[in-house]
Amino acid sequence: MRELGRLERFLRTDPRDVGCDEAMAVLHIYVDLVAAGEDAAGRYPGVAAHLLACGPCCEDFAGLLLAVTSG
Amino acid sequence: MQPARQPIEDLDEESAAWVCRLGAGGGERQAAERELYARLVRIALAEVRRRSASTPVTGPELDDVAHQAAGDAMLAILAKLGDFRGESRFITWAYRFVILEVSGKLGRHYWRSPPVALDAGQWERLPGRLGIDPARHAEWAGILAEVRRVVDDELTVHQRRVFVAVVVDGIPLDALAAELGLRRNAIYKVIFDARRKIRRALVANGYLDEPGLEQR
Repeated sequence: MRELGRLERFLRTDPRDVGCDEAMAVLHIYVDLVAAGEDAAGRYPGVAAHLLACGPCCEDFAGLLLAVTSG
Repeated sequence: MQPARQPIEDLDEESAAWVCRLGAGGGERQAAERELYARLVRIALAEVRRRSASTPVTGPELDDVAHQAAGDAMLAILAKLGDFRGESRFITWAYRFVILEVSGKLGRHYWRSPPVALDAGQWERLPGRLGIDPARHAEWAGILAEVRRVVDDELTVHQRRVFVAVVVDGIPLDALAAELGLRRNAIYKVIFDARRKIRRALVANGYLDEPGLEQR
């Protein structure tokens, strides 16, 4: 059941997830790594886990990445 | 203790120029401030437009949010210039302020014309939010009833209020944080703990059968 997978993914929590405060504190560093094509998720696995689970922080990540890559 | 800023000669050329110009006096600093502010306004306007589909804020109010965000970000950047440690490019560090200001302001402005009231508890809309085909709601009755039972019986009053607002009623997390006077992180942690509790209950009752990633 496709929907069950969606619910399951929503309910699954990742112990590496650092939370919003920690992720936002290094967002600029993380975004620069991504923009440079470097392994940001490898260097900050807890931030990567958080961005996968937190919609608002993922929006901030997307907005900042767009801002720095759009000139 | 936070690490000290890299020596200015170790910064990339553009970042070093920003730090020098904003740290200078007189006309050079004023010109740098004007240039940075213009960039912040441009980024803020682009960001509110990018987010316009997911906020009830529209039209001129959206532009107002962008200008307010740029102004507040500018003040914060100038006040915290000494905190820039060169771990990223200066402009990335600076743009982070305006992006976060946009988030926070859109959250607060949500309540000027909210599409759903706090504590509405629209459980009948949860299947739609989970993307469940209306023709299959009957198949889902058991699992959704178990989710609701856990929310009603196993969450604290605060956890239940937050979970229902964000997950059931679809209130943006930042809007709820603004309304309750909490930080985004505090709301996120409540949802995080609720997800764990619900998942454990669904596994225990045979609705989900793999342990998944374990809890922190």
